[in-house]
Parts: sequence; structure tokens; C-alpha cells
Amino acid sequence: MSAQAQPVGGSFFSPGVRILSGIAGLGALAIAWRLLRGLGATTALNDGYPFGLWIAFDVVTGTALACGGYAVAILVYVLNRGRYSPLVRPALLTSALGYSLAGVGVALDVGRWWLLWKVPIYFWHWNFNSVLLEVALCIIAYTVVLWIELAPAFLERWRDSQVRLQRRLAVVALPALERGSVWIIALGLLLPTMHQSSLGTLMLLADSRLHPLWRTPWLPLLFLLTCVAMGYAVVVFESAFASLAFKRRPETAMLASLAGAIVPIQGFVVVFRLADLAWRGSLGLLFSSDVRALMVWAELGLFLLPVALLAQPANRRDLGALVRAAIAMMGAGALYRFDVFLVAFSPGTHYAYFPSLTELLVTLGLLAAEVMAYIFIVRRFPILSGGPGMAPERQTAS
Amino acid sequence: MWTTPFDVARPDGAVARRDFLRVCTLAAAAVGLGPFAAERFAGAAERGQKPSVIWLHFQECTGCTESLLRTSHPGIGDLILDLISLDYHETLLAAAGHQAEACLRQTMAAHAGKYVCIVEGAIPTKENGIYCMIGGRTALDIVQDVASQAGAVIAMGSCASWGGVPSAGPNPTGSSPVRAVFTGKPVVNIPGCPPNPYNLLGVVLQYATYGTLPALDAEGRPLFAYGRTIHEHCPRRAHFDAGRFAERFGDEGHRLGYCLYKLGCKGPATHANCSVLHFCEVVDAWPIGLGHPCFGCTEQKVGFTMPLHQTVEIYRPTGPDTYPPIHAPQGGVSPLATGIAGAVVGGLVAGGYVASKQLSAPGADEPSSPPTTEV
Repeated sequence: MSAQAQPVGGSFFSPGVRILSGIAGLGALAIAWRLLRGLGATTALNDGYPFGLWIAFDVVTGTALACGGYAVAILVYVLNRGRYSPLVRPALLTSALGYSLAGVGVALDVGRWWLLWKVPIYFWHWNFNSVLLEVALCIIAYTVVLWIELAPAFLERWRDSQVRLQRRLAVVALPALERGSVWIIALGLLLPTMHQSSLGTLMLLADSRLHPLWRTPWLPLLFLLTCVAMGYAVVVFESAFASLAFKRRPETAMLASLAGAIVPIQGFVVVFRLADLAWRGSLGLLFSSDVRALMVWAELGLFLLPVALLAQPANRRDLGALVRAAIAMMGAGALYRFDVFLVAFSPGTHYAYFPSLTELLVTLGLLAAEVMAYIFIVRRFPILSGGPGMAPERQTAS
Repeated sequence: MWTTPFDVARPDGAVARRDFLRVCTLAAAAVGLGPFAAERFAGAAERGQKPSVIWLHFQECTGCTESLLRTSHPGIGDLILDLISLDYHETLLAAAGHQAEACLRQTMAAHAGKYVCIVEGAIPTKENGIYCMIGGRTALDIVQDVASQAGAVIAMGSCASWGGVPSAGPNPTGSSPVRAVFTGKPVVNIPGCPPNPYNLLGVVLQYATYGTLPALDAEGRPLFAYGRTIHEHCPRRAHFDAGRFAERFGDEGHRLGYCLYKLGCKGPATHANCSVLHFCEVVDAWPIGLGHPCFGCTEQKVGFTMPLHQTVEIYRPTGPDTYPPIHAPQGGVSPLATGIAGAVVGGLVAGGYVASKQLSAPGADEPSSPPTTEV
């Protein structure tokens, strides 16, 4: 299937990319500022909130948004729906980029970053009882696995390269990857299942510092479900925007059935959360005047919005409506994870946190860099399937 | 029979060395001398080198002596029989008249340059000091005579330290402190009305043990006892900081033990250790502990000078305007950052929505697709 994938080609430095590179440049300056001046001087982090935007967004939300590869792999390899395989490579690309930048985010959050090199070397000092260690090891391993999974896309291009080294690498590595693909795919399924649920486990450790509206032993399950739903939503979103940006044939029918798969997950999450709140006797808190209750209502609304949108058959054939549903899904999962890590977390009444300008610039810069890298790779390497000359699916489907 | 650690004499009248060492240890500990002070002190006592003390009384009420009589760590008996040699003290002397004066002269001759001269009471100076005479000599004459041949001179109480009650306006007798009439040697002032006897014991025992005098402040007061204000270590300080004051005697706040500052407490202006070392080993046996404002007896410009219920200026660090938080607040929300974050999120959502509308428009998403032109 991937043989159908072609580089998009074209010029990299479009006006949009120029704006993105400006944002990424500001982000790079912010990163330099943070590395030189330290966390205390440049971020809004404090004793109560030792983690902030970079963890809550770049890592917790970012890796969930990067779960497209995981979600599509479940669909294609576990549920054996081979017809979705054109979505695998773009999904893997967004995943690999998202996880790599999450790694950058974590590294920036390390106070004494100049000692980071000791971590992989002095492995006998690791704390094997730590959930954080499990998350870190899993994420590092999965990032490597993602790039290996994606490697054929680069190697296929390098096979015809002018550079001899690239050519030789492709000739040696491609068959090896082919043989090992089963194990790589299995790892690619196992690792996200482990660390995405562990991200939920992480906040179980906060215990009473987590607001009762979010505090449940089922956090790992909810984190796993939201990451799968967000993964599908990202694939829909990214595929539709790639078709818009590169003027390609949208895979509306495939995306519609994919989006349909998310509806039960979204509905289940809402029903499960409400039932869990009722079971633990916290349902009444939903009607308190606390701003946190409003946040839960906003989450539930965002979770239900795509369900309502896709309930209408007409909307499933409308790519715009599919994208709106996908945005709502991504927003729902992102808000949920953000809330658990920052809004629901209360270290004490005298602590306040809102990301500083530096933190915002770093996150925006990383996002811009991610989008730029996506555009660059998609233009140069065989990632996207189909082409401008092919018949639009809407026409062939009807 | 009830015994205390200080009952050192056995029924036959002898003193066991172990018991004597215990007394010396407790005395040294009570006045804050070093860990080996007791050993050295006992050694000096065994060699018969107990410090000889001459205690002079002038214009005073004998309150300082009264408070000294009520110490129990060590008791006055242990003090004057075992630790020091109190050779002349008009209140405690067995002798009287010419016999007493002879005792004074003998002590001065025997221990010239080594005895400790303690002065209790102010010295009148008007009309050549005729307002206080003992044995035909004026106080002025006596203090010049005794202090000039002493090893150390200690002014005990506010009267001897800075004039005290007798010097209060209009001061008809010209009452003056020791320092004003005798300048031959440094005079250690132990003001207070009365001073805590342990402050005297500390000075005397240090002199007896090491032959030195403690560090003094500008007023000649030992820093170990007068280095800080009452206010700094007042047990009612928390009420001051929280703004809880007794407004008048017997009101609700007074009964609840609130701060007495508004009743004229001079604690913030008075240097003394009363707030940490109560009198006679009785808890709360000091003015503020009993519900009365400190009247500043150790300060020349406060005690017997300022009206009793007038409040003092507070120059030392004052309490906060509001009750201080248990934790210092941390973190904040920057308006710029919130604005930018809101704009970015709103822009992304709006952009996504507009783009999705574009995708919804029939044919707009694939303008060049051949099948569209076919339809």
C-alpha cells in the first residue's frame, strides 16, 4: 500500500512556511533564554506547580495528539482493516514529530539540563518504582520505534539517491526492516498503551491534590481512551488539511468511517465519567459554582459535540463537518488532559500558575517547527498517498 | 526531711565534695557560664579563694536585695556561704554599729584590689551628699573609698545604674548613679526595679571564675541580659503582630491575654531579659506575665520618666499591617501571557472552523479535479 505514497514536491518556502519559521525563530530565542537564565527566571513555575505548560501541553497533550500512529496501527494491524493503510504513513509522521518534540519539551523542563547526559549512562541510579521513569523510558523507546516504523519512507527515497552512502543504507536497511516489521509494529502498539495510561497513573499520585471531579482510579483508562480518540481525530484533521493545503484528493469516505469509529469512544468516555462521578458521590460537584465545574461541563460538551455532529448522515459525507467534529474531539481530549494536569491540580490556595510568555513562545515555536518539519518531509519523501490527478472520493463513492 | 540539690551540708555540718560540685554546676548553668566553669569554681573555693563581696546600700528600697534573697538556684544560703564570701551587707550582717564598720575596713584591707563592690541605691550629691550618711560618712565618700580599692564594681538595680526612683524629677537630693560619682573603674550596670538576681549572679560568678567581666553595651549593661528588648521575645508578641490589644484593664482582650502595648507597655523600648527569664523561677512572675504593662525600669529615659500608660514609639521592626499568611503566595498570572494564549487558541479554533467551511463548499476543495468538471 505504501508503494502508492509519493512525495508531494513543490517549493518549501511558501508564505505560510515563512510565518511559521518566524514563530519557530521566536521559540528558539525563548529556548535559548530559558537555557541561559534558568527556569525560575523565565517560567511561571513555582514550588506548588513544578510542572506547567511544557508538561501539560507539549508532553501530555502533545503525545496524545501524536497518537495517530498508535490509533491507526490498532485499526490496520489489530483489527485488520487494511483499507485504512494509506493513512498509516502520515499518521506515523505526525506521531514521530509529536513525540520527538515532546522529548524536547521534557528536556527543557529539566532544571539542571546540563546534567541530562548522565541519565542514560548511570542507569543503576534509576528509580525503578517511579511512574515518571516508566513514562520516560516508554516515550523514548516509542520515539525510536516510530522513526524506525517511518524509516522505509526515507529509505525508499534514498534508494534512488545520488549519494552513495544513502543508497547503500537503503539497500541494506529496507529488507531488514521488512523482516523485523512484525516486532516493530508490536512494540509500536505496546509502548503507547503502557505510557499513555501511565500518564493517567501519574496524576493518581497527586491523590487529594486532584479535584474530586477528576480524581478517579480509572484515570489510566480515561487517558488511554482519550489518546486513541484524539489519534483518530488528528488523522482526520491532518488528512483533510493536507488535501486542502496540497490541493489533493481528500479521502472523505475513509475519513468518515474513521470518524464514525470515534463516536462510540467519545460517548463511552462521557457515560463512563458521569457514572464514575455518580459512583463516587461527586456528581453534585458538577452543579457547584466552582470554575472547575464549568471546565468539566466544557469537556463533556466537547466530547459530545462530535457525537451530535456525526449523528446526522449528511454530515458524514461533508468533509468540513468531519473536520469540525475532529477539531472538537481533539479539543475535548486536549482539554481533559490539560485539566487533569493543571486545572484539577491544586497544590494549595497560595499557589497560582499561568504559563509565562517564554513558556508560551517555546510551545508555539515547537508547534511551528513540527508543522514545518511535516511540510518539509511530506514534500520530499513518500508519505501521502493519492495525487491531484485522482478522482475525488466523494464522486466515486456516490 | 525535704531536701533540695542545694542542701549540701550533711548532719555533721561537713559538705561532701560531690554535693558541692553539684551546687557549682547548677549555679554555673543557671547564669550561662561555660561547661568547665563549675570545675574551676569549685577548685577556687577549695583553695579558699571565694570572691569577697562588699554590698553597699544607699538611696533605695532594698528591693534588689529582697529579690536576691528569693533565688533558689542556688539559694541565698548556698550563695553567700559556699560560692561567695559576703563579707559586708547591711541587711544581712549579723554585726551592727562600730562592729559592722570594722568588718568593712577589715575586708577592704584583707582583699584590697580583689573584692567585688556591689552598690545598691543612688548616691545623693547635693549639699556635698549629706542626704545619705552611714557611720558619719556620706554615701559619696563611702563609694569613692570602697569602689576605688575594689577588683570589680557592680551597680545593682536602677537606682545605682542610672538614678532610679530617687532621681525622678524634681530630684531634690541630686541623686546620681555610681557611674556619675565614680569614674576610676568600669562599672557594670545591672538596672531593673528590681533586676533579675540571676543577672547579678552571672556577672559575679564570671568574675569569680575567670576574673573577667562580661561584654557591656553603651549603658554599661551586660549584653547577655540586656542585648534585646522585651518586645522581641515577649510571650504576647503574637497578639501584637495580629493586632489584638487589651484596650483597658479588665476588658475582654486583657482577660484573654492580648498585647498590653496600648495600655502603655514599654516593652518595645526596654532592653532586658525579663520576658525569657522570669523572677524567682516562678512561671509568669514578671509584670507582663501578670497582666501589667512593662514600665521600662531598665531604661533611664523610660522608667520613672515616661507616664505609666503612655505608649512608646516603636523603632524596632513592627508587626505587619495585616495578619501574615502562613505561606508566601507563589506564582501569578501575566495579562500579556493570558492574552496571547487566548488569541492563539481562539485563532486556531477560528482558523480550523473557517478552513472546514472551505472544505464543505462543494468543489472548492478540488478545483482542478477532472471529475468535477465532468459533472
